Amino acid sequence: MNISLILIILLVGALVTFLVGDKLASKVALFFGIAAFGSSLVLLSHFNAGENLDFISKWISKPNISFALKADGLSLAMLLLTTALTPIIIFCSFGNDYKNSKSFYSLILFMAFAMAGTFLAGDGLLYYIFWELSLIPIYFIALLWGNGDDEERKKAVVKFFIYTLAGSLFMLVAFVYLYQKAGSLLIEDLYALDLSSSEQLWIFMAFFLAYAIKIPIIPFHTWQAKVYQKAPTVGTMLLSGVMLKMGLYSIIRWQLPIAPLAAKNYMFVLITLGIAGVIYGSIVALRQKDLKKLLAYSSLAHVGLIAAGAYTLTLDGLRGAVLQMIAHGFVVVGLFFVAEIIFRRYETRNISEMGGIRSQSPKFTSMFMILVLASVALPTTFNFVGEFTVLYSLSQINVWLAIFGGTTIILGAYYMLKMFQHVMLGETNTKIFADVTLNETITMVIIVAVLFFFGMYPKPITDLITPSLETILNTINK
Amino acid sequence: MDTNLALVLILAPFLGFLLNVFFGKRLGKSLSGVVGTTTVAVSFVATLYFFLQINQTKQALSIDLFEWMQISNFKVNFGLLLDQLSILWLLFVTGIGSLIHLYSISYMHDDEKMPQFFAYLNLFVFFMITLVIGNNLLVMFIGWEGVGLCSYLLIGFWYKNQEYNDAAKKAFIMNRIGDLGLLIGIFILGSMFSTLDFATLKTAIAGASNLNSYWIGIAAFALFIGACGKSAQIPLYTWLPDAMAGPTPVSALIHAATMVTAGIFMVTRLNFLFDLASEVQTIIAVVGAITALVAATIGLVQNDIKKVLAYSTVSQLGLMFLALGMGAYQVAVFHVITHAFFKACLFLGSGSVIHALHGEQDMRKMGGLRKAMPITFITMLIASLAISGIFPFAGFWSKDEILISAFHGNIAFWVIGSIASIMTAFYMFRLMYLTFFKEFRGTEHQKSHLHESPSLITFPLIILAILSTIGGFISLPTNSWLNEYLAPLFSATAHEEHTLGNTEYMLMAVALVGAIIGIGLAYFKYIKQNTVPSEDAEITGVSKILYNKYYVDEVYNAVFVKPINVLSSFFRDHIETTLSAAVFGLGKITNELGSQGRKLHNGSIGFYLFAFVIGLCAIISYLFLAQ
Repeated sequence: MNISLILIILLVGALVTFLVGDKLASKVALFFGIAAFGSSLVLLSHFNAGENLDFISKWISKPNISFALKADGLSLAMLLLTTALTPIIIFCSFGNDYKNSKSFYSLILFMAFAMAGTFLAGDGLLYYIFWELSLIPIYFIALLWGNGDDEERKKAVVKFFIYTLAGSLFMLVAFVYLYQKAGSLLIEDLYALDLSSSEQLWIFMAFFLAYAIKIPIIPFHTWQAKVYQKAPTVGTMLLSGVMLKMGLYSIIRWQLPIAPLAAKNYMFVLITLGIAGVIYGSIVALRQKDLKKLLAYSSLAHVGLIAAGAYTLTLDGLRGAVLQMIAHGFVVVGLFFVAEIIFRRYETRNISEMGGIRSQSPKFTSMFMILVLASVALPTTFNFVGEFTVLYSLSQINVWLAIFGGTTIILGAYYMLKMFQHVMLGETNTKIFADVTLNETITMVIIVAVLFFFGMYPKPITDLITPSLETILNTINK
Repeated sequence: MDTNLALVLILAPFLGFLLNVFFGKRLGKSLSGVVGTTTVAVSFVATLYFFLQINQTKQALSIDLFEWMQISNFKVNFGLLLDQLSILWLLFVTGIGSLIHLYSISYMHDDEKMPQFFAYLNLFVFFMITLVIGNNLLVMFIGWEGVGLCSYLLIGFWYKNQEYNDAAKKAFIMNRIGDLGLLIGIFILGSMFSTLDFATLKTAIAGASNLNSYWIGIAAFALFIGACGKSAQIPLYTWLPDAMAGPTPVSALIHAATMVTAGIFMVTRLNFLFDLASEVQTIIAVVGAITALVAATIGLVQNDIKKVLAYSTVSQLGLMFLALGMGAYQVAVFHVITHAFFKACLFLGSGSVIHALHGEQDMRKMGGLRKAMPITFITMLIASLAISGIFPFAGFWSKDEILISAFHGNIAFWVIGSIASIMTAFYMFRLMYLTFFKEFRGTEHQKSHLHESPSLITFPLIILAILSTIGGFISLPTNSWLNEYLAPLFSATAHEEHTLGNTEYMLMAVALVGAIIGIGLAYFKYIKQNTVPSEDAEITGVSKILYNKYYVDEVYNAVFVKPINVLSSFFRDHIETTLSAAVFGLGKITNELGSQGRKLHNGSIGFYLFAFVIGLCAIISYLFLAQ
């Protein structure tokens, strides 16, 4: 068995979903989503038993490109995040009626395929192809199934597409250069390269543009809030739950080990940029009127901290970053689902039109509250484990970095509780808020359960990722 | 056996929480209260067992349950520590907790959300136990943040009122400011000693040959900021008075007897660290003394019965920190315990009054209640005598020890502490006189319904009044059981007892006279002169400043809250749009370059030839020059 199985399942799933027609599309997509997740779990157990899951086959002989899929702990963790969230995201959309749903669900699975490929690729070109491929489905999902004014949405989505594409082109140039040097784009060949510090700087910068736009790191975030707002919630979940982690993952997998000198030289600048995102994102989130935009800025703040952790080049920083990526993936999907649940009932995303929901639906309130608490990293939630580890790593570099980065626990509580107060509390709303459906409850319970379980017992994930992070650190410090 | 019992101790209230969350509606009001109370009582019984055990064996028990987190080169377990300190703390947390749960069955009976109330209360006890029982800083931090969460949930229990929600939010955020400090302290200790375990930390610090005292000091200071948040010390105290928005049993349990003492617990737990940071100890003492004084002055003029008690709590916590700053940890612990008794009694008593008056909290509309509510009156009187430091009630002994250690530390601290104590006696008896003496000043309707509270309410009051009377005897100056019990926790120098000399007797006498003066002043003003503050009377001069709490809330609003909101709007409306326009601008430039470039491809062969020749010339000349 090897890891290509997952990609095949997702690709076949996308195809079958498209072929079965609109009626069955959602259920078939869910089936393949769950199948992919189940298979990932099986493969994980094989991996833990010591089996090698890599898949390498010659692809193009000139230039020398391989179809190489590498499954180490880090890739598997990200793969599991993707395949776990995909069925959840599909299931979230069960309460909505999408026109042309066969294309819609097919695109979701295709996107999962591309993202999974990005996390597994062990060859630069293959990685680049998957990276760009993932942009296509989300472009259509956001454009065709999004909400709000058509013209405005088109403007936002096209801007996003061109902006990220433009950033990625620099990465392609870097890969071309690297190929000239190494004669191959296999990741271990690239790791083995001995690049001068100025070469590293250029390559680092090229990668950085691609990743900074994708994650996004301020000031490259301007596409984010609008797209999150305009995309259908499923699209927003794909973007924030998984896709932005591609950028963070790539920092650890590609950027740092290939250009470690640049990373070391500019460590303070990079960390500062991340932390600036934390503070800036939190402050902007404070007075957002649109719930989805508020969550977008909160996401900006959280990923800023993750990036800062990754750039510390310490085991804690990398480990905390990965843990927080996974935790954030779940919590942000949960929070966008909350926004969707409210939208289904009140047909608004405007916070000022909400309020007084708590008295109508205590079950929903409790689950929303738990997600808020996870988002502000209350201990016993997974997010605490990630955030604590990242902040700890920052404190090892300089205690002030931890203090400034740590403002997230104050500012985060401020904007999240303020939001919760205006969305949920106060006098009972005159508009009726129908209690959450069974499907909605199941989704939220799953997310909450994951957050609590790994909040108390992150060991399985920590043990999975630590060896590969140590390998990467060795490459960085060689 | 011990492990299982420890798990029962910690998990019983959590079970109560789950039962009330999932079956609360089916259980109904009374039964949900019974479930809530019983589960906490179970914890109390388990604690009692451990207490009797450790009192004999003097052996601390450390239990590692499972591995929780990995941080750089060390691991953090989810572990429990049952030693003298944690068991003592648990004793009054679960003991008073049980009483207050019992009280709440009656007090909250008219509230339709009673199961939810008990769920939150149980969850609070669970987190408080976690805070106290953790064997390392991170497990303590779970409880630390958990009790903050429950405090948030319970302050905002009546969530339809947005003012209450604001108070809840404020409490959570202010606590989080402190929590950041606590985290920083944890980071520093973690990187210095590669452990967060209390016992290992203690041996590491004791065994270290050359400690970096600078970083020890920073760590201690950061931890102290955390303590300031949770225990409502200057400058992070303003959330506590607002927290009175919660139901009164919550004020008694969380915002008087237990949660707010977490800061004192933490400093005591880490006494070996604070002993090494004398500058920080001085800061603690100064902050504690100033808080004690400032809060007492505000308490002098408040008219809301719960607000008086809230400021009194802040002030008493200040005294405890003063003791901590002197390194007199066992004295601080002593006062924590006696304070838990009498302050819980006072809050529950005020709840009984509020209950009888259908929610009235303004003392200007009370008066004369002692005839209608004799049990409430007598128990509150006893608690007031205790907090004022009248011999031989509990507060006399503990407050006296604080003042004595302050006297031996720095005479200024003693002066401040004594003034705060006189004020305490004054405002407490102002409260008593306004509430229970003279004529009733409420409405006729209220007057006809005046009644003593039911026995579920009076029973806890009586127990707490008894404890407020005899609680001081656990640590008499001549024969202190408490000091002996806690001795293993502290270094030999820390619990060096002051010999009872003439000075000590003098100090006791002075304190007692001070308390009597305070009570006398209140008597003179409110009974003799009968100057009950009337509602429409304009407050002027110093009282106005005091009544408005030195305008600290207003200052915080103007300096922190407003600017950050203005900044948020500015970022949203200006920076975001500018950045966005910049990216679009880049796009436009590209577009523009494209259309300029397109002009080059103009289809004229002549132009192409011209360009070709120019280019060729350029290349040739470059090659020549390069040679």
